[in-house]
Amino acid sequence: MNTALSWIKAYVPELDCTPQEYLDALTLTGTKVEYYENLDKNLKNIVVGQIKKIDKHPDADKLIVCQVDVGKETIQIVTGAPNVKEGDKVPVVLDGGKVAGGHDGSPLPENGIEIKAGKLRGVDSFGMMCSIEELGSNTNFYPEAPEDGIYIFDDSAVVGSSAIEALGLNDTVFEYEITSNRVDCYSILGIAREAAATFNKPFCPPVVELKEQGGDDVNNYISVEVKDKDLCSRYVARVVKNIRIAPSPKWLQRRLAASGIRPINNLVDITNYVMEEYGQPMHAFDLDKIDGKKIVVKRAKDGDTFMTLDGEERKLDGEILMINDASKPVAVAGIMGGENSKITDDVKTVLFEAATFNGANIRKSAKRLGLRTDSSGKFEKGLDPRNALDAINRACQLIEELDCGDVVKGVVDVCEPLKELNKIEFRPDRINDLLGTSVSAEDMLAIFKKLELEYNENDKMITIPSFRQDLEGIADLAEEVARFYGYDKIPSTLPSGEATTGKISFKQRIEQKAREVAEYCGFSQGMCYSFESPKVFDKLLIDEKDPLRQAITISNPLGEDFSIMRTISLNGMLTSLSTNYNRRNKDVRLYELANVYIPEKLPLEKLPDERMQFTLGFYGEGDFFTMKGVIEEFFDSIGLKDKLSYDPKAGKPFLHPGRQANVVYDGKVVGYLGEVHPEVLDNYDIPVKAYVAVLDMPEIVPFASFDHKYKGIAKFPAVSRDISMVVPKEVLVGDIERMIIQRGGKILESLTLFDIYEGEQIKEGFKSVAYSITFRAQDRTLEDADVSAAMKKILNGLEGMGIELRQ
Amino acid sequence: MKEKLEKIKQDAIAQIEKSDALEALNEVRVNFLGKKGELTAVLKSMKDVAPEDRPKVGQFVNETRAEIERILDEATKKMEKLKRESQMKNEVIDVTLPAKKNMVGHRHPNVTTQEEVERIFIGMGYEVVEGPEIETDYYNFEALNIPADHPAKDEQDTFYINGDFLLRTQTSGTQVHVMEKGKLPIRMIAPGRVFRSDEVDATHSPSFHQIEGLVIDKHITFADLKGTLAEFSKELFGEDTKVRFRPHHFNFTEPSAEMDISCFKCGGKGCRFCKGTGWIEILGCGLVHPNVLRMSGIDPEEYSGFAFGIGLERIALLKYEIDDMRLLYENDVRFLKQF
Repeated sequence: MNTALSWIKAYVPELDCTPQEYLDALTLTGTKVEYYENLDKNLKNIVVGQIKKIDKHPDADKLIVCQVDVGKETIQIVTGAPNVKEGDKVPVVLDGGKVAGGHDGSPLPENGIEIKAGKLRGVDSFGMMCSIEELGSNTNFYPEAPEDGIYIFDDSAVVGSSAIEALGLNDTVFEYEITSNRVDCYSILGIAREAAATFNKPFCPPVVELKEQGGDDVNNYISVEVKDKDLCSRYVARVVKNIRIAPSPKWLQRRLAASGIRPINNLVDITNYVMEEYGQPMHAFDLDKIDGKKIVVKRAKDGDTFMTLDGEERKLDGEILMINDASKPVAVAGIMGGENSKITDDVKTVLFEAATFNGANIRKSAKRLGLRTDSSGKFEKGLDPRNALDAINRACQLIEELDCGDVVKGVVDVCEPLKELNKIEFRPDRINDLLGTSVSAEDMLAIFKKLELEYNENDKMITIPSFRQDLEGIADLAEEVARFYGYDKIPSTLPSGEATTGKISFKQRIEQKAREVAEYCGFSQGMCYSFESPKVFDKLLIDEKDPLRQAITISNPLGEDFSIMRTISLNGMLTSLSTNYNRRNKDVRLYELANVYIPEKLPLEKLPDERMQFTLGFYGEGDFFTMKGVIEEFFDSIGLKDKLSYDPKAGKPFLHPGRQANVVYDGKVVGYLGEVHPEVLDNYDIPVKAYVAVLDMPEIVPFASFDHKYKGIAKFPAVSRDISMVVPKEVLVGDIERMIIQRGGKILESLTLFDIYEGEQIKEGFKSVAYSITFRAQDRTLEDADVSAAMKKILNGLEGMGIELRQ
Repeated sequence: MKEKLEKIKQDAIAQIEKSDALEALNEVRVNFLGKKGELTAVLKSMKDVAPEDRPKVGQFVNETRAEIERILDEATKKMEKLKRESQMKNEVIDVTLPAKKNMVGHRHPNVTTQEEVERIFIGMGYEVVEGPEIETDYYNFEALNIPADHPAKDEQDTFYINGDFLLRTQTSGTQVHVMEKGKLPIRMIAPGRVFRSDEVDATHSPSFHQIEGLVIDKHITFADLKGTLAEFSKELFGEDTKVRFRPHHFNFTEPSAEMDISCFKCGGKGCRFCKGTGWIEILGCGLVHPNVLRMSGIDPEEYSGFAFGIGLERIALLKYEIDDMRLLYENDVRFLKQF
């Protein structure tokens, strides 16, 4: 919302502050000023001058030489402007002055343009006559200015006086950020009331009195019927006859222009002016185009169409509220009038409407129609029905002041019973309790008075004016006190009371470990979106019937690429690896800790299972076993030690069929790892091998523990034995190890694979595997016999697996 | 005899002085002090000495031996030192050659910032809790005093699954989950991912993170809110940080405020970073709205509380001077490795 300071000052006449002081003070009482601009910031030394004499330039056909009376003296100015004649009063920038921009209306330079005396084609020129563009504005906001040429004042301008003042450019425009609860502040009066309270100055709103020179009775002109009362709680109508269309006076034009509204003519300008001033949109119909002297407010029917006054054909539906006459719709309520009833220059009688429509309905209708207007923007915030009558009367007052027509006596007012004004008990102690202050009751009441909240001593109740629909209870009153007492004056303390323990949950501790281990192992943390394209399942070669395809769909996504909630975390990882590869980053290792969303069934009936996935991926240095190492480091760090195994039959379609495994802990699948399938690598445009692992944290957390017990460091010597075996190819090393561990007994300390070989010297279908096995007892030095017995058991076991011992 | 010993000594000294390597010194040791050495030979010839002279000669031999040993040790030490010095001279390296770095990963700047915030609040006795990212309409809106027709619920801001379920637009719903458990007092923060339908650009992302804070107890005041957040800001942005509270509006708090911190770039004088104002907007906060307390089964006359919501990315971008939000989701290691 933009407003001119002069408009605010009209209702707070004693307001006296710099723009910066105004910005700071209003921001601290809750009417945030985003920005301000002095309209004359680059205008200097510009006066009203009168052209006394015009001569031809001796050396240039397109230039003329003017003698201009600028008050104290008459100066010579050379110009090429085609539109001036002797006697014209024009803005003149004097030697050393400044204008805002060039005459072509191109973007204004930051610091304006300085004007110096000089010669034009050999003739002295001591200043410059200005166009409206050079003064920093344009013909939209100064409709009387010529399209191309010098601005010409009307005859009342005083020669030698400031042209900046004469043009109303000695003003400041403020831009506010109004919060959605302060509907009243989407109006000049609302902001002026806040400004008055902030600076402790009297607030003087306009006093509305009508002469009703049109006589007669409005009821002879129009009747109103509201059929859909749920969407229209009040409809006020007035009639003005003998309309006299003319330009608005300058002061009114300037105020509209500062709000960014283009002045058109007195009638249109008045409705816009009142909308800004009171925050109440109004509409004007040409009464002669209204059939049956009747207005009917009701919902449209599905499939109806209607041409709005911008000439567009609109498709309606059964929830859009329409203003109708006896035979046809004439306006989309609160949004835009119709082509069939719009005001034209030959209008004789006008029907004014000021209504209160349902905010949510207007918002939704405007959205469905794709037609958001200044009017709908105000209505959608939910307006105060009491404001409608005041606003329409104010408009009629301006009609009379501007001599725009004759207001007919009386008003048609169809109104649902107005809600009684809200009352809140005044409890100064509670307010101080909430704020942590000790503001006196008198000071609080003084604040309330400024805000027009009335206090009744007898029942200790505060009556809330209807324009403050946001004030409902004691907490709201506390905020009003805080705003004007000053947020900065409220003390700064720390909560007292019962001590609490600061902590993170066990799950969060496990995640912290995951991050630490991943980073120790060279993986950097990435972050991916939770939503992705349904195409990722194809990219990952996931079967049509795979339950992973049962993904939650967003009904209003940002596009198909962000339309489903991911059920698998790999797409993000592979996309990130691809990004890195294609930017020529070497040896990239990434991890991510984030959720996948698994619905129990679709469509969703209960919240889905959000499962935290620890996803790792890399390309470059390393292989399958590098990834396996990371998993084991992580498991070690969270106390998952002895029950870890790998099952090569993971069946993941997106992984290399011979290089993948489920990660199994205590018989439970808790994740998987593997080399990415070459076809999937192609799909992601990664031309090198890549490895991934996904650990399903909800499965892992229950096994985790930070409970460690110290085991004594062995005092007795260890004994090592090496064995070399010829093993059928299909026997897994994991199974051999399980056998050695199972048979080795208590004295088995460790086993290390030191050689694995296939090829020459080994018969077809077999591989050579060699282990070093270490035995140790905690309580004695082992005898040869102990070790031999254990070895014998191990070897027997291995032989049972079809393994031959190599000599 | 004495002369003989003196000569042996002089010979030994001469040979020691001539030696230019540890091996040569060792040879001297063997030649004079070894089993077949000259001094040993003298000892062996003691039987030829008159018995009454033996103690004296013996003493003399021992003195000579000690003397040679002493000189020999001294020379050995000197030689070892020389040898080490020359060895080290040969081992001089160019210390400006590039370091051999361990391959260590880096944490996402968002998470680092989150952990920093968590650390501060944990220190003040807050528990870190989590809530669901897919939420019901009730927890995301209604229980937060955002009625059915509020513009914030408009489709343009919220991703909906269907009428009942949506992607949470704020972490504030977690407040309600915690309050409903009924355990008081409450001091919690809830970091997490939130979603709003904003197109991706340098300053917007459809997915970002918030940290919600909530304190509920008897006698919690707006002054407590101010003090807590001032303390937090000093911890996070530096001891000299000043805070400013401006009235604002949120449905679930009353009174509400936005908090600015003094610009850490210019110290509050005004610069491009703070758009000349000297202040940077950091978070929204306020006293928990009585309606919210009531809906969660807490009596607003007995208990009060404050809540705040911090935009994590906003803080991370400010703190690290990252100028494009898209970098946070690209996962380019050249970006990640800077944190």
